[in-house]
Amino acid sequence: MTRFRWVAALGAVALALVVQVSVFPHLAWHGIVPNLCLLVVVAAAMTVEAPFALGLGFAAGLLLDLAPPADHVAGRWALAFTVVAFLVARLRQDSRPNALTVVGTVAAASFVATSFFALTGVLLSDPAMSVTGLLEVVLVAVLWDVLLTPFVLPPLMKLFSRLSPQWAVQ
Amino acid sequence: MGAFGGQEGRERRWRGLDRLEARHRSPRSLLVALVLASITVITLDVSSGTRSPLEPVRRVVGEALGPAESVAAGAARPFTAVPTWLRRRSDLTDQVRELEASNAELRSKVELAGFERNRLEQYDGLTSAATDLGHALVPARVVAVGSRQSQSFTVTIDAGSTAGVGPDMTVVNNDGLVGRVLRVTRGTATVLLIIDPDSTVGGRVGSSMEIGFVHGSGSLDADAGLDLRLVDDASVPSREDTVVTWGSSSGPYAPGVPIGSITDVYSSLREASQRAVVKPFVDFSALDVVGVMVPSGTDSDRAIIEADGSLR
Repeated sequence: MTRFRWVAALGAVALALVVQVSVFPHLAWHGIVPNLCLLVVVAAAMTVEAPFALGLGFAAGLLLDLAPPADHVAGRWALAFTVVAFLVARLRQDSRPNALTVVGTVAAASFVATSFFALTGVLLSDPAMSVTGLLEVVLVAVLWDVLLTPFVLPPLMKLFSRLSPQWAVQ
Repeated sequence: MGAFGGQEGRERRWRGLDRLEARHRSPRSLLVALVLASITVITLDVSSGTRSPLEPVRRVVGEALGPAESVAAGAARPFTAVPTWLRRRSDLTDQVRELEASNAELRSKVELAGFERNRLEQYDGLTSAATDLGHALVPARVVAVGSRQSQSFTVTIDAGSTAGVGPDMTVVNNDGLVGRVLRVTRGTATVLLIIDPDSTVGGRVGSSMEIGFVHGSGSLDADAGLDLRLVDDASVPSREDTVVTWGSSSGPYAPGVPIGSITDVYSSLREASQRAVVKPFVDFSALDVVGVMVPSGTDSDRAIIEADGSLR
């Protein structure tokens, strides 16, 4: 069961990645697209146990770091997603999350992940970017992720709770 | 009775706490392990530069996901064309007006063509760009675009090593220079666009033949432009001047490919150098069909366009 769960989760991440880099650029606003991989990680962290969510966060981040169009220093998204998965798993309540909680969590996770990624970029001076440019990127990314939440999060959370019923919140 | 009830309550609470704890037990050790793993990956990638141990891993991931990206982009293409069908009459009128204006501009250019041709001959004589026609173009389409969140301006194209594409080759489209190939897999290649903040292209100002370096600005906005710094501090580039690649036949950028035109010139007293803003000819927010410059006669899995315009 756990092996099947990993396969399903990684499949969802791979699908999210392909849609994110190949389909959404046509709808992008100044090149900013919704971070679907992050949504998969948040859905896992809100539904199943923390170790799985952390591992999935690391794996999804690493995939985003290494998959073709990426050319930044590898490991930066892995670090950001691991931290976000930890925070979401830590802060989640023991009751079934309502719509507002889900949207709020996604907004916070998107903000933390994008800014964390940007901060590691500043530390490594990977690309030189202005602060206003970074702020614009972070805010638009949050908006995009929140916009897609109603369409992406419910099916993903249903998938994860069906794959691991013992952890699902009743 | 009361004692029993209390015990039962405690029992239940205990079980509840247990369940709660199991779920909320923060896996600190796992977090630390994964964070350290991420930092190790970052360190490996940063410290070893181009010979990164992660290059083979990138290649494997690319081999696996590249075809999926090509398929997804192909499936999305018919839908992305829909907005062009739905246009209002006013849009079409605007378009007619724009086309008339550009037609008039082109006519005036044709009238100046003789002069331009003479000038071009001079340039070619000087740069010997004309001798370097031994290039062919491998046509390709953009199948994936890196997001702004990732802060690098790269795209994936659907031509790889089987099409004859290799690292450091020049990528152009019908407007001008697009970028260079960073790495290839069998069916795809990753291209660094010239607007990436890390990109540096050797550029030459058309009218004065002065050389300099064109840096990416890190913005998709065409008005943000590229940054040109001339090697010779004394020369002042003029506006509307065309910047072409200076390049070499062995280096990453082929010589004589148009990059953009100069829109603004600033002189910085502090740095004692001239800085010019170059507006790229290529519209990077709508990249689709591109060509990769390969040596003439390269084996390819598709028809390649030779220097004389013939298909092979």
